[in-house]
Amino acid sequence: MNVTIVDYNSGNISSVINSFKEVAKDKVNLDVTSDLNKIKSSDKVVLPGQGSFKSCVDALNNISGLVDTLNEFAIKNKKPLLGICVGLQMFADIGYEETETKGLGWISGKVSKINNQNGKYKLPHIGWNQINIVKESKIFKGIENNSHMYFVHSYEFIPEDKNAISAITDYSSNIVCSVEKENIFGTQFHPEKSDKTGLKIIDNFINL
Amino acid sequence: MLKNRIIPCLDVKNGRVVKGINFVDLQDAGDPVEQAKIYSDGGADEICFLDITASNENRNTIYDVVERTSRKCFVPLTVGGGVRSIEDINKLLNCGADKVSINTAAVQNSKVVEESSKKFGSQCIVVAIDAKQKDDKWEIFTHGGRNNTGIDAIEYAKKMEDSGAGELLVTSMDRDGTQVGYDIKLMSKISSMVNIPVIASGGVGNLDHLVDGIKLGNASAVLAASIFHYGKHSVKEAKEYLDSKGIPVRI
Repeated sequence: MNVTIVDYNSGNISSVINSFKEVAKDKVNLDVTSDLNKIKSSDKVVLPGQGSFKSCVDALNNISGLVDTLNEFAIKNKKPLLGICVGLQMFADIGYEETETKGLGWISGKVSKINNQNGKYKLPHIGWNQINIVKESKIFKGIENNSHMYFVHSYEFIPEDKNAISAITDYSSNIVCSVEKENIFGTQFHPEKSDKTGLKIIDNFINL
Repeated sequence: MLKNRIIPCLDVKNGRVVKGINFVDLQDAGDPVEQAKIYSDGGADEICFLDITASNENRNTIYDVVERTSRKCFVPLTVGGGVRSIEDINKLLNCGADKVSINTAAVQNSKVVEESSKKFGSQCIVVAIDAKQKDDKWEIFTHGGRNNTGIDAIEYAKKMEDSGAGELLVTSMDRDGTQVGYDIKLMSKISSMVNIPVIASGGVGNLDHLVDGIKLGNASAVLAASIFHYGKHSVKEAKEYLDSKGIPVRI
């Protein structure tokens, strides 16, 4: 099986690479690339993302044909794709970080700043928080409800289609921290930095 | 609910741990990678390396340490010490660091913080503030606490938040190494002034000091070095103690 981590200059992805390498061992052929043909022929794709919504969307658009290739992979061919952090946020129609920016539009909704209740909650939301699994998701197989995951973000994805939400976490309000819509998966938290439970999620995705 | 974090810190010099855990079952007690792994297996919420390598020719040793650690530890890794430029940050992140802490360079030129947080995202930029009390104020020190800048620490903290720092690592130079506890006033003052998380550092001698750092200092995370070394306390013990005092921790 071929798994591709999309390297589109979205910031620091070495931890994502290391965690997938750790889980994949020799079972899986892992590529880290923005090569369109490699992505097309992949069985699964991982879309990481760090920095702002705008900088990640810009970086995707900077690689000619990449967005079309991802659309073909996830929407037309319905092959499994996992978005992590801003990778998940980009599923939205629109994001409001820095300036209004169009997203991939795969799961209808918007990405806006977490309401910190006038400074009552520190931003970014950094650290370990518990996830409340609200629907069965294939990537949560063997993951206990209320498991701790590592978060770093100031913006949240608010999907219109509530059925896509697979887990929420409590920080100032109920924040969507995981989605599953058909073949599209996403986590707001960082499974690659969430120790053994995080690696289990990566393992679940690889074994889909 | 978001948990308070416990962050063990290891001083690394020329690629070796200076003060270490000193467990008997370690194959190589001086290897930062092995010690980091023990911490992360023991429930550390993050790991911090402080590179205190003095000579320039040995600087590269930290990159190798970070690279090997990030292949074994799957909790966030922060690396600081001698970080001067965007290139330094880029190199550390590429080796597998999740966050980089900037100290002297941020004081000398806040553009380093502005530019790096823009380029890599605020989430990976930690500004380390070394402060010493003078009358009823605190002043910033640089170069590992050797140079007094005269800059007001509280105002500087605010400025660093505005420049794009994702977190502040605040060390009291008066308390560092004394084991008498954090400078609670300094921590709570900075924490109330900024909207980003504050990591308390400097002075931890027992587990109650960790409790105070969070309860009285309002720190989001507590960093400690020596209490975790030589097996005095394990991270697990520390967490269980905090839990018994009603502090939310990941257990």
